[in-house]
Amino acid sequence: MKRLIRLFLVFIVSIHFPFCPLFAQANFCVECHMELEDELLTPVHAFKIDIHKNFRLDCADCHGGNPAEEDIDLAKDESFRGVPERLEIPGFCATCHSDPTYMRRYNPSVRVDQLDLYWESRHGHLLKEGDEKVAVCTDCHGTHEILPASHPKSWAFPWNISQTCGRCHSNQEYMEGYKMPTNQWDEYQESVHAFALFEKKDLSAPACNDCHGNHGAAPPEVTSISYVCRQCHPSQADLFSQSPHKEAYDEIGISECEACHGNHKISSPSDEMLGTGEKAVCIQCHEPDSEPYAIASNIKEKLDEFLKKVHYAKILLDQADMQGVEVSEPKFKLTEANTILVMVRNLTHSLSLEQIEEKILEGDSVVAEVIKAGEAAQREARFRKTGLIIVTFFIFLLATALFLKIKQINKKSSS
Amino acid sequence: MKDLVQKICSYLDSRFKLSDLLQFAQKKKVPEHKHSFWYYFGGICLFLFFIQILTGVLLLLYYTPSVDSAHESIQYIMSQVKFGWLIRSVHSWTANILIGAIFIHMFSSFFLKAYRYPRELTWISGFFLLLIFMAFGFSGYLLPWNELSFFATRVGTDIASTVPLIGKSIKNFILGGPEVAAATLSRFFWLHVAILPLLTVVVLGIHVYLVQVLGMSVPLSLSKKEVKEIPFFPNFLLKDSLGWMLILALIGVLCVFFPWELGQKADPFAVTPIGIKPEWYFTFMFTTLKIIPSHVFFIEGETLAIFGFMITALFWMLVPVLDRNSARGKKSPVFSLIGLFALLYIVTMTALTYFLPGI
Repeated sequence: MKRLIRLFLVFIVSIHFPFCPLFAQANFCVECHMELEDELLTPVHAFKIDIHKNFRLDCADCHGGNPAEEDIDLAKDESFRGVPERLEIPGFCATCHSDPTYMRRYNPSVRVDQLDLYWESRHGHLLKEGDEKVAVCTDCHGTHEILPASHPKSWAFPWNISQTCGRCHSNQEYMEGYKMPTNQWDEYQESVHAFALFEKKDLSAPACNDCHGNHGAAPPEVTSISYVCRQCHPSQADLFSQSPHKEAYDEIGISECEACHGNHKISSPSDEMLGTGEKAVCIQCHEPDSEPYAIASNIKEKLDEFLKKVHYAKILLDQADMQGVEVSEPKFKLTEANTILVMVRNLTHSLSLEQIEEKILEGDSVVAEVIKAGEAAQREARFRKTGLIIVTFFIFLLATALFLKIKQINKKSSS
Repeated sequence: MKDLVQKICSYLDSRFKLSDLLQFAQKKKVPEHKHSFWYYFGGICLFLFFIQILTGVLLLLYYTPSVDSAHESIQYIMSQVKFGWLIRSVHSWTANILIGAIFIHMFSSFFLKAYRYPRELTWISGFFLLLIFMAFGFSGYLLPWNELSFFATRVGTDIASTVPLIGKSIKNFILGGPEVAAATLSRFFWLHVAILPLLTVVVLGIHVYLVQVLGMSVPLSLSKKEVKEIPFFPNFLLKDSLGWMLILALIGVLCVFFPWELGQKADPFAVTPIGIKPEWYFTFMFTTLKIIPSHVFFIEGETLAIFGFMITALFWMLVPVLDRNSARGKKSPVFSLIGLFALLYIVTMTALTYFLPGI
């Protein structure tokens, strides 16, 4: 009998389930704001896509008050917090976002140190000083249309971050008084990082926050720049640390990577940056008769020689390939030479001619093998053509003989 | 020296009765007229088939029919084996020229009404030979296990699966499973080197025997006065050989200047490359399936097209039976028009595949 009653109850609940929203309590915040206009209406529509809405949070969870009350005075009870002042916003959001117990209910792995980081940031410092122009949470994440940072439409998504930062930092008028350049966004757009992020759609490519930090955003100091870059380029940074440049830079007090590669406008590195040519970065500091100048010239010379051999091997294989000779094996071998070339270029950060020469020597033996195979392929292509000429000549000779024989037979049969 | 040759000839003659064969060949007459050019395509097909046997057997020395090593073995043939590149290119080019020559031979026989009484079975056996050689092409295309052939086979067998009721079973049987995989390669190899050659020997044997027994057909449009006859040996055979020599030279040029590419090894997990299409002789069907609406009245478009092709093929095979006028020695313009339409359809659809691939 008990079982039957239980089954009956389950049945009743199930058939009413689709109608549950009808019995949901009304939210009078929304009902009233729907009747209003402009900035008082906007939150109602914007909140529909908000991440907080997805977690079933509502107006009262941030703004307080009693949404069940139709009367505006009763709704704005003692818990009502209203719209926070700009200076209060970080603390306002941190009510929940700095509370690990509360946040664990929605996302156990989410960080809860954003407020601490923010107060350590340049933005936080200035806000504490009462500067209301600096960025607060809502400037980067939005107010009532907040999306998770992993959402491609979020202002904090890698593709959008440079624009989010640029809204203030590229605005000359807005940034007046901060003694800061406003061309970072323009420069970044021309950088190799922006190319990787926007053209190659590589989300691991750095945007503003990857170098400057996000909640704790601050300009990196001279000494910390190399540590910023080595997050992604550890090998180059290690080699640089072993180089004579490390000590010299530290002494003079110039930033490491930035000195040669620049900061926001980091263009794709080229071999022309090396040596003593017009575009070489070495000549920015080293005089023509100095020893480092000679080393720079030597490194470039070695690299160019190796590059020429790799290029020659590639041409040989491409030509043979175009002539139909199967060269996939030497082509694969050539990728090994290209890997060595990348390693040689990387080794230039060490400025060790010895290490560079050793690697080039290794590459030379690989390239020599490829060149040998490429030349053999070229010979094979020539052999095929010569063979074709000879064979075709004999085929046509035979065909001519057949033609003459046919003519002779025809003549004989007609006579 | 001359005596020695004579001795050998007489030794062989007394055992193989070669002089009887020679006598038969000399007695056998072939009609010669303004359309006799088309007769030579039969001989060209036979010549190309022999090239295929020879090069195919040589390729078998190194080819390994397994997913792990099929592509590598062809690569080895093309780069390491002496003249391997030539053998493989000749095999691939000849396969395509052979299909083209079969089409020309078929349409020329059709327009000259060579299928009429008593050569109905010659036509039907020829029709089966076309199907067999298309199957040769389809199965051989997959054997290098490269990207293009892998996905073209997938597309081709997907088409087969649209046949109502039995489509999926046909696809499963062809592929040896639901997808193109190791079992498919084994089956295609078995089909390519065992079943199809055996079938060819039987059907080609019948076809050639009928040609020998019944002789060449003379077009209806020619009167007896316009047709003279020449001995098969040596007159016709020498002319045939001249054609073979020219074809051989063409194959040589193609192989040296446009060696058949191997392409990338097939990756079953890769995305189907854009613009994938089957071998050129299947493209008229492929494009038809692409442009047909998804539904024609209440019937699914693809199913309708497949049915259409099956019925057309049946009709094409039974042309000698259906064309009563030709059988009575009368002109049959309706069938000429049907042939012209079929030819134009195939050419247009094939051209569309290559010139308007986006349709």
